Amino acid sequence: MSAIVWQLLQIILVVAVSPLITGWVRLVKSRLNGRIGASAFQPYRDIYRLLQKEAVVAHSASWVFRAAPYVTFGSVWLAACIVPAFTTNLFLAQAADLIALVALLGVARFWTALAGMDVGTSFGGLGASREMMIASLAEPAMLMVTFSLSLISGTTAPAQIIAFVLSGGVGIEVSLGLALAALVMVAIAENGRIPIDNPATHLELTMVHEAMVLEYSGRHLALMEGASMVRLTLFMALIGGLFAPWGMAQPGDGAVAVLVGLGAFLAKCFILATALGVFETSIAKMRVFRYADFLGGALLLGLLATIFLYVSEAV
Amino acid sequence: MLIAAALSALLALAVLGVAAGAEMWRHRLVYLCCMIASLTLLAGGAKHLGQTPGTGPAIILPIGLPWMAAHFRLDNLSALFMVVVNLATAAASAYGIGYCSHLPEPRRVTPFFPLFLFGMNAVLIADDAFMFLVAWEFMSLSSWLLVLADHKNAENRHAAFVYLVMACFGTFCLLTCFGLMAGGEGAYSFPAMRAAKLDGVAGFLVVLLALLGAGSKAGLVPLHAWLPLAHPAAPSHVSALMSGVMTKVALYGLIRILFDLHGHVPWAWGAVMMVIGGITAVMGVLYAILQDDLKKLLAYSTVENIGVVVIGLGLAIAFKGSGEKTLAALALVAGLYHIVNHSIFKTLWFLSAGAVITATGERDLGKLGGLAKRMPWNGVAALIGAIAISALPPLNGFVSEWLIFQSLFKGPSLPHWAMKFGVPVVGAMLALAAALAAACFVRAYGIAFLGRPRSKAAAEAHQVPASMRWTVALLAGLCVVLGAIPVTITDALSHVVTPLTGVQFAVSADLGWPWLSPVSSTRGSYSGTVLVMTGAGLCVITLLLVHGFGTTRVRRADAWDCGHKESIPQSQYTGQSFAQPLRRVFCASIFAARESVDMPDPGDNRPAELKVRVIDPIWVGLYAGIGRVVDFIADLVNRIQYLTVRRYLLMMFGTLVLMLLVVAVRQSQ
Repeated sequence: MSAIVWQLLQIILVVAVSPLITGWVRLVKSRLNGRIGASAFQPYRDIYRLLQKEAVVAHSASWVFRAAPYVTFGSVWLAACIVPAFTTNLFLAQAADLIALVALLGVARFWTALAGMDVGTSFGGLGASREMMIASLAEPAMLMVTFSLSLISGTTAPAQIIAFVLSGGVGIEVSLGLALAALVMVAIAENGRIPIDNPATHLELTMVHEAMVLEYSGRHLALMEGASMVRLTLFMALIGGLFAPWGMAQPGDGAVAVLVGLGAFLAKCFILATALGVFETSIAKMRVFRYADFLGGALLLGLLATIFLYVSEAV
Repeated sequence: MLIAAALSALLALAVLGVAAGAEMWRHRLVYLCCMIASLTLLAGGAKHLGQTPGTGPAIILPIGLPWMAAHFRLDNLSALFMVVVNLATAAASAYGIGYCSHLPEPRRVTPFFPLFLFGMNAVLIADDAFMFLVAWEFMSLSSWLLVLADHKNAENRHAAFVYLVMACFGTFCLLTCFGLMAGGEGAYSFPAMRAAKLDGVAGFLVVLLALLGAGSKAGLVPLHAWLPLAHPAAPSHVSALMSGVMTKVALYGLIRILFDLHGHVPWAWGAVMMVIGGITAVMGVLYAILQDDLKKLLAYSTVENIGVVVIGLGLAIAFKGSGEKTLAALALVAGLYHIVNHSIFKTLWFLSAGAVITATGERDLGKLGGLAKRMPWNGVAALIGAIAISALPPLNGFVSEWLIFQSLFKGPSLPHWAMKFGVPVVGAMLALAAALAAACFVRAYGIAFLGRPRSKAAAEAHQVPASMRWTVALLAGLCVVLGAIPVTITDALSHVVTPLTGVQFAVSADLGWPWLSPVSSTRGSYSGTVLVMTGAGLCVITLLLVHGFGTTRVRRADAWDCGHKESIPQSQYTGQSFAQPLRRVFCASIFAARESVDMPDPGDNRPAELKVRVIDPIWVGLYAGIGRVVDFIADLVNRIQYLTVRRYLLMMFGTLVLMLLVVAVRQSQ
């Protein structure tokens, strides 16, 4: 029973805090740039404003264009409900594992890319084509991370991996470090952050994610933006949960432990968001065809993480 | 009995097909009867699958070789494949009812179609090597005739020639393979082969020849070369069957030999098959991304999916050879699940391609676009097929890839170092293939069905006849069902793998319906049912929230496109431009892909040109090489044609002496 309650709480929580986290990253970046910046709560107002505006749909768009925002947001939301944020005692914990998580993010990307191509403009196609190229390397990299984690802990379910790490089943491992590095690189690519993509860009030729959602307006745009925000929260919960699960409540824990878990989750998000802001400010965006080096590196790191397991076993 | 009746009906239909003449309703009637026969066979297979024990009675007919009757038998494995094959053939026959009148020459298609169905089904129920090979050839030759249906096109004639050569090669390998298994006494029936013990060298050769023979039919790299030529050349409903199920019949042959007749394949062959499967999957999808021809793209995507299945089969052999029977059963269930899935969504996509060709007359992606609006039924069905084939939840393609990944992740538990280091690499290849497949189908669907029409034909596309719409809709529905209730399917499949792996096994043993939990409840689980319901719920909540808090107003306007107003549809992304980043990243070394720009000098009026060069390493490296060697030998042998009578007599005498010597030596031993 408690699993259902905490699941509902998580369903609401991920959507409720995501704009704040994105707002905080923007605030950190603007302060580092020497600007005052908008309040961290600005994204809530932006989304509200977009919801009130009428949606403009191109004549050439089909039903795919109008359905895509809902499917994209829904699947990212579902993915975010699966990653334990503050407790591993979730109703959906058994319904999907890390492989399914990767695939759910793939669903969102699939629909966004199709929506980009639906209107029939060159920018949409450009964004979709680049996004699929990035994904074709980022997805295997993330599956390799899953592989090495499953070899270490014997399971692909995030809740079980977290329980394994919390029970002290694993010490400091080279493989874990490599897997973390690969996962961070994948997270940067999946969220379209610098150096892969620039979420604040206004130059069409450098856009990837923004180019796909270029034709959206009103509530459709609000959903697409919202999906990006939830995706960022999801990756923070994933990295914080898998590699620093301290504070996470477990099945059988009471409400106090869950409150501690909530506090720990928000603190982790705050730290990671600040780090992201600092990182993005201190680095320049890459050329498109350098992505392959970056993400190919992530894929190799993931592969090395599994191979190193045997090396460390054999030594 | 029912099955026998349906099979004889198919043979009779072939004769009727010849007599159909120019009257369209007669062709339609033949297809309708084909559909009924297929449904009968489907019911027969499904009924058998539900029964235990798994093996039906042997039927012996006094036909075939004089000293040997023809043996037939239906067991769980053949029943499963019978369901797979006849599901697709029923759909293709129903589709044919509407499609046959759109063919340029229906009289070259209708008679051979029932023969093709007969051949595929007969392979599945054959219980001796002779009948198996006869049925196999029936299947090959009838499909070869169907490839030649549009024989006026030189490309099709070339495709048919390559197909014939490869089919001969495959049958030759299988013939030798069965010959080795039959041993010196010539025990050609399957029960005798099962009982026979193979020694080291013969066992090795049997596996190798089975891989070559069945692999060439299934399209394993590097034996795939004929597949992307022949599959697209046939009429679309036949392409659907060749790609969707004939490759599965080939895999049936492989499974029958490796898991049943041979039975004791060493684990190292499993490792070899996994590597071949991985290479096939990645190469297949990379080829597919480079194609502009819709049907060729689909054929290459078949190569990819066969690779995925072979990874599962190889893993099962590696587990079985190492004594891990439960894991072997898991990997085999995963492979079979993917076989079922691929037969459905590939049939769906080929039938959709047929609808596109009927509606527009084009199969070049560069001339399509915007079809989702003009052909709404096919648009929705093809989208569902694209999601399924890209292995995305909650549809069926994801479930089988999930199972393959789960069994792959258990691969390093084997004690062999080759597996420990090899499995992660194969896993990376499989993941890469899955991700590239999504890119490939975003490209195929996005270019063909979305955007603005790129040609007049696409702009004037019309709805296709009802039978062509209903069949794709039905197959799309199956993709959803097979993804939403995975446990029901795996339970049925576990009956099939029990006799092959010798272990009772249920994927859902730990948590029960509807949870897939292959190893144990804590080792990773998946429930398509729960995921579908939750996901749909969240999407509806999103819709309600957005419409509740915001406005529901919509305004139609011109595309914004950052203020650049483009009226010409050629400014959109094309198949080639979509593939460009992937081509530069993945194909620069494998396919030696290069782009060159031909820019005219200032003042010169000719148009600028962007050229792309892609070299197929396997065709150029392997097949062209073999072709040169054959030509060389033929030139040498050619001289023998111009000898004098005296020399011919001398050669005959020499041969006679040689053969007598051989006999003499053998008798003296």
